[in-house]
Amino acid sequence: MTEAATIPAALERYEVVIGLEVHAQLLTRSKMFCPCPADYTGAAPNENTCPVCLGLPGVLPTINRQAVDCTVRTALALHCDIPAFTKFDRKNYFYPDLPKGYQISQYDLPLSVNGHLEFPLGGETVRCGITRVHLEEDTGTMHHAGDVLQSATSSLIDLNRCGVPLMEIVGEPDLRTPEAAREYLVRLRQILMYIGVNDGNLEKGSFRCDANISLRLRGATELGVKVEVKNMNSFRAVQRALESEIERQTGVLDAGGTLMQETRGWVETQGRTISQRSKEQAHDYRYFPEPDLPPLRLDAAFVERVRATLPELPEARARRFLEQYGLTAYDAAVLTDTREDADAYEALVASGVPAKLAANWQSGDVAALANEHRLPLQRSGLGVDGLAGLLRLVDAGTINGPTAKELLAELYVSGGDPEAVVRDRGLAQVSDPSALSALVDAAIAGNPTAAADFRAGKQQALGQLMRAVKDATGGKADMPLLNRLLRERLLEQ
Amino acid sequence: MTPRSITQLAAALRDGSATPRALLADAFRHIERTDQDLHAYLSVTRELAERQADVAAQMLEDQPDAASPLCGIPMALKDVLCVDGIETTAGSKMLRGFKPPYTGTAVQRLFDAGAVCLGKTNCDEFAMGSSTENSAYGPVGNPWDIERVPGGSSGGSAATVAAGSVPYALGTDTGGSIRQPAALSGVVGFKPTYGRVSRYGLIAFASSLDQIGPFTRTVEDSALVYAAIAGHDPRDSTSDPRHVDDPLASLRAGVAGMRLGIPREYLGEGTEPGVRAAVEAAFRVLESQGATLQEVSLPSTDVALSVYYIIAPAECSSNLARYDGVRFGNRVERASLTDMYLQTRGAGFGDEVKRRVMLGTYALSSGYYDAYYRQAQKVRTLVSQEFETVFKQVDAIVCPTSPSVAFPMGSRNDPLSMYMCDVVTLPANLAGVPGISVPCGFVDGLPVGLQVIAPRFEDSRVLRVAHAYEQATSFNTVPSPYASEAA
Repeated sequence: MTEAATIPAALERYEVVIGLEVHAQLLTRSKMFCPCPADYTGAAPNENTCPVCLGLPGVLPTINRQAVDCTVRTALALHCDIPAFTKFDRKNYFYPDLPKGYQISQYDLPLSVNGHLEFPLGGETVRCGITRVHLEEDTGTMHHAGDVLQSATSSLIDLNRCGVPLMEIVGEPDLRTPEAAREYLVRLRQILMYIGVNDGNLEKGSFRCDANISLRLRGATELGVKVEVKNMNSFRAVQRALESEIERQTGVLDAGGTLMQETRGWVETQGRTISQRSKEQAHDYRYFPEPDLPPLRLDAAFVERVRATLPELPEARARRFLEQYGLTAYDAAVLTDTREDADAYEALVASGVPAKLAANWQSGDVAALANEHRLPLQRSGLGVDGLAGLLRLVDAGTINGPTAKELLAELYVSGGDPEAVVRDRGLAQVSDPSALSALVDAAIAGNPTAAADFRAGKQQALGQLMRAVKDATGGKADMPLLNRLLRERLLEQ
Repeated sequence: MTPRSITQLAAALRDGSATPRALLADAFRHIERTDQDLHAYLSVTRELAERQADVAAQMLEDQPDAASPLCGIPMALKDVLCVDGIETTAGSKMLRGFKPPYTGTAVQRLFDAGAVCLGKTNCDEFAMGSSTENSAYGPVGNPWDIERVPGGSSGGSAATVAAGSVPYALGTDTGGSIRQPAALSGVVGFKPTYGRVSRYGLIAFASSLDQIGPFTRTVEDSALVYAAIAGHDPRDSTSDPRHVDDPLASLRAGVAGMRLGIPREYLGEGTEPGVRAAVEAAFRVLESQGATLQEVSLPSTDVALSVYYIIAPAECSSNLARYDGVRFGNRVERASLTDMYLQTRGAGFGDEVKRRVMLGTYALSSGYYDAYYRQAQKVRTLVSQEFETVFKQVDAIVCPTSPSVAFPMGSRNDPLSMYMCDVVTLPANLAGVPGISVPCGFVDGLPVGLQVIAPRFEDSRVLRVAHAYEQATSFNTVPSPYASEAA
């Protein structure tokens, strides 16, 4: 049976309970507890390290204030409470990518608690509770000569990532479908990118997700046996892995079996999860307060200062776009997808481009070009200002639509001042009715069949005549004016 | 002849009767003569010392008045203190050959002042012990009786100062590891307030208890070294940002009018009669100096030892997790990761370290945490509060540093009897308060130490009381047999 067939059937009998844990690397200048850069892109293995992040004997951690700020920003964006008192704890376990033998994390007094994230899905609003957002440090990475460490003949350790600030966002088990889980992640990622704390890269693992999933008979009040799923590095993988788990767990339960509390890994190539660790094999992390770091006291004034720097969040911004600019819900959502897009849109409107015109161009041709060239508007040759100039020419009727499209495609990459290009190349459209009238007469004379067809009621025939005039103007005809003139002339004869 | 103090040597360097190179040569000659017996050193850093002596000589020549009193003075470092490029073993096989790529803050401050480092001193493995018998490289002899221990864990630093090889050495004190060996070796040993001296570069045993401090021949010298190493360090978040008073300013203010408390629990049954007599005589000296003595009570003293032996092992079990054979130090090659971990740690650590790692791991385990670690933290708070209460009644506490004098090597095989060595020193670590041990007499030729404890950040007061006592007596001027031949 396919997943598509089994899932709805399973959902009739069982309620699916999903809770997500997200780990997001913070976009700070330095690592969590030492001065090494947090961005290790391009560094040779183990180059981006120092005695502190290498965990050498005698070193001590110091708290990165910017990472605390980022976490408080996130917590506030997710409507969390920020307790006045928070501390770091040691999570003890042995693994070669963890040089101290413990991870500095937060256990019973996290930086923030009790928030939520709301998002629309299938015409309804889903509200997922956020248990906590806390701060910890990332581990190094390992490259095994073999599938897993246990069977590898050798293993290389790179500690460049070790100590990068990592924020853990623990969601409540409030999600009921794989689609909701996916949408939660999409929205969460969007918020983190909006507030500038994370780059949202799932593939590189700067935004990572683990899922807890259990099934219970509909109407049951107790939660079923929880399975933790790891190793999912795309939104699609999360959804597929959860669907696969629903199918597997349904199978076990339907056959009268019992599920094991365990950790399972998603294997993309096989399209299924495999068991990694049972409950009995779970670590005892022996958490205790980090004696090298005094507790943090975050006073209300600090929290309010951070709150004041929060940007308008995507949902609120989309709502405002809808009302303020008269956009459709779709356009509003597309234009607020990233903060940069939304900023660009508002810059266009502020520079005098009509709201509707700016929306059509930005969500249409500009989005297509950005996608084609893998180059967002802000970093394109044209830039936001260039686009504004171009669209003002369109709005003023200086150039026609086809010219604008061609010019946009050309200048998007190469850059240039649209006004100057239009002036230099003489691309201004021909809007003089008398000049166009002469060409209209010539086109009708030159295409008698098309003219006759149109008069006989064949609307499409107008296209051939329009093209003829357009070509005669070198593509510069004012197309709406030309359309009107042609119709008038054809119908008056 | 009594070996010279820092103050005396500093004067000699300025009046032209000594040079840093000459002091260095004397010290090395003395170490060569004595260290076969004492085994106070794990390594001698001749090259570093010569380089530093030349730098110091230049500093003294350029600015004799501005140069620190420590400039050009030979010294030694307990082998838990990291020095860039110098083997630092923490007395463990685990770190044989380990050369840190950096120098710790306290040590760097001394180096910046022109200190001349002669070597790294022997100690109990990872500073765990009270006799220095737990060193993986063999025990240290007490310069007063080579068959006896010098105390520990900073036994090598205590012994080298007692032997007169150097006028001062740095040690570390987690439960008494400076004060107790100072007492047993007949020198001054000072543990500052927790947070006064940066721990950056100190190989951690128990992070919330460890503190660096000096061994010296005089209290004034301790004040000099303390003044050089104390103060906030941005690399150590537990180091205190507040201003450090100059301890020399009040050093000679005396004890007249001071109220001194004698905790009745600190002179209990376990105290040897000779120690009791020496300390009580010291109390009378302080009284004769104008201090008022009264009995006070620290009721939780009996449980402090238990609390210490939960908290210190708990922190140590985590602090020592990094010695896993992956990146540095000892590694036993095995085919699987788990076997490599087990064999590396099994072969690299000694019995006492393993005992404490296991104790601490147990105390932090799920299901036991509340009963042990959490409970211990509560009692620790109680211990601190009792000190605060007592310090409302008195200005400082005076008591023995150790219930016994130096004991014969191998005589305390039972870990618990060894742990009892620290019963009157470790409460100060739990409370973070400063404490000093100053020589106060002899029992059968073995030194006894008087301990002075004051409230947190009253380090100057500790030094002031100890100095007043020292000025009224001459126990610190009696040279050990190994020191009598010192220059």
